[in-house]
Amino acid sequence: MWSLSPAETTALLLSLKVAFWSVAASLPVAVALAWILSRLSFPGKSLLDAVVHLPLVLPPVVVGYFLLLAFGRRGAIGAFLEETLGITFIFRWTGAALACAVMGLPLLVRAVRQSLDAVDRGLEAAAATLGAPPLWVFATVTLPLILPGILTGMLLSFARSLGEFGATITFVSNIPGETQTLPLAIYAFTQVPGGDGQALRLCILSIVLSLAALMASEVLVRRATVRAAGRDA
Amino acid sequence: MLEFDVRCRVGGFALDAAFATGGGVTALFGRSGAGKTTVLNLIAGLARPQSGRITVEKRKLYDSTAGIDLPPHARRVGYVFQEGRLLPHLTVRHNLLYGNFFNRKKNQVVAFEQVTELLGIGHLLERRPGALSGGEKQRVAIGRALLANPEVLLLDEPLASLDAPRKAEILYYVERLRDEVRIPIVYVSHSLDEVVRLSNSMVLMSDGRVLGTGDVREMMSRVELRPYLGRHEGGAVIEARVAGQDLKSGLARLEFGGGALEIPDVEALLGEQVRIRVRARDVSIAITRPAGLSIRNVLAGTVVDLADDEGSSLDVRLDLHGTALLARITRKSASELGLRPGLPVFALIKAVSIDRRSVGYA
Repeated sequence: MWSLSPAETTALLLSLKVAFWSVAASLPVAVALAWILSRLSFPGKSLLDAVVHLPLVLPPVVVGYFLLLAFGRRGAIGAFLEETLGITFIFRWTGAALACAVMGLPLLVRAVRQSLDAVDRGLEAAAATLGAPPLWVFATVTLPLILPGILTGMLLSFARSLGEFGATITFVSNIPGETQTLPLAIYAFTQVPGGDGQALRLCILSIVLSLAALMASEVLVRRATVRAAGRDA
Repeated sequence: MLEFDVRCRVGGFALDAAFATGGGVTALFGRSGAGKTTVLNLIAGLARPQSGRITVEKRKLYDSTAGIDLPPHARRVGYVFQEGRLLPHLTVRHNLLYGNFFNRKKNQVVAFEQVTELLGIGHLLERRPGALSGGEKQRVAIGRALLANPEVLLLDEPLASLDAPRKAEILYYVERLRDEVRIPIVYVSHSLDEVVRLSNSMVLMSDGRVLGTGDVREMMSRVELRPYLGRHEGGAVIEARVAGQDLKSGLARLEFGGGALEIPDVEALLGEQVRIRVRARDVSIAITRPAGLSIRNVLAGTVVDLADDEGSSLDVRLDLHGTALLARITRKSASELGLRPGLPVFALIKAVSIDRRSVGYA
């Protein structure tokens, strides 16, 4: 009853793999975007801000469809990547990770940007007067201070990836073992007669997974906040 | 040696200031909004001038004609901010060593152990800034700036956010710094007490301009600067030697070229040099030596000149055998006594009018 079937284990591990890589790949992009939005002012900034946030408000199917157009075999970016680097997204788990990364990006950017806005610029100036070049200041002052925001954003985007459905199924379809993450597997079970019990088991698994992620990040964020506030741990 | 000659405009505020400093402590004095902190930010490279020149020890930090504008991290300027700005996520030790990492190959101004001993922060090394008191934070901030091997140290009202006992504590450490570490210090303040206690020379600023620069004693006695030094705070500065401490009466006897003063609650030891600020409004003038008097300090001198001031009172400059003293008296008294340059007079100073804050080590 409590042990997972091989198919369930496959879906679980695939979900974790996709979520992990979607967060890992989008993190540097998100930090860079958040920094640009927080620190620079340039014409077209509000447009960039809006584009970053689009996946939050668009129907996920639309995002999936555009990914299909751009990263499909005959899509401009997809064809280029396949010819030059041999990377394929379409119908692969990498495509699922890409879809999750795009859908989770706004959450990650928002969280990081908010903590960047809250950083005391005076501390960065102080570090500069002590002889630290800009990149070093970013790595040793800014990054540690926004760590709570980064961790929060990573959790949100990780959870979003675990639950991502529409963009994934549109872009990379529902292939067991390759692109069938937990939500897609649940959907598949609800489509076959007598699959209700199976679907419920996966639903409970999803809840346990999300709860564990939430609690783990809560601990990490609290630790990082204490450090960033300068209190003795 | 710092040379500063800069024009800059930030929002509605225009700064057009030029001055040069030697060694020791130079006070940048003026009311809030005079542009003192802006000057420090310009020296440190945290604000950008429109034109001008900034050099430290002959090294050009900024020169608009030569197109030189060093970034803050290349300027070697130690900056102690008003609010300390310790890095909250690092321990005191790592805060202290932060700048040292980049500048360790250069000539060490001071060693780590010397800094922790000098500032009394050796027991705080493993703590984090959030757990420090205001005074401790400022001491660590000073140490951190020193350990980055700067060529000049900028202190921006380091006492502003502290209560009176903490102020005295930091002043003591800044005095030790001035005497034990050979590095020019620019000290921003709007407190005349601090300036007199610490500084050799003074740059007086108002509305983004420099009104005057020079020796603190000379500046204090310049009558035309009085409105800017604070109408009731202005006065002369006397350097004296502690010649005696009477424990029974609690009075110290301080000798200087023009005579001796008796002052209560002086913490200095026998033989030490101190600096006393005597406010002009605390000095009275008599044309004959008075008798039967509670005032303990009666000093003979001559009138140098009378400031041609508007209003009911005026400043009389006195010469006490080479030492300058200012007295603020009513215009009516001055005319009734017939005060004129060259007249021999007696200056009267109540001992209790000079409080502890007006005395500092020279």
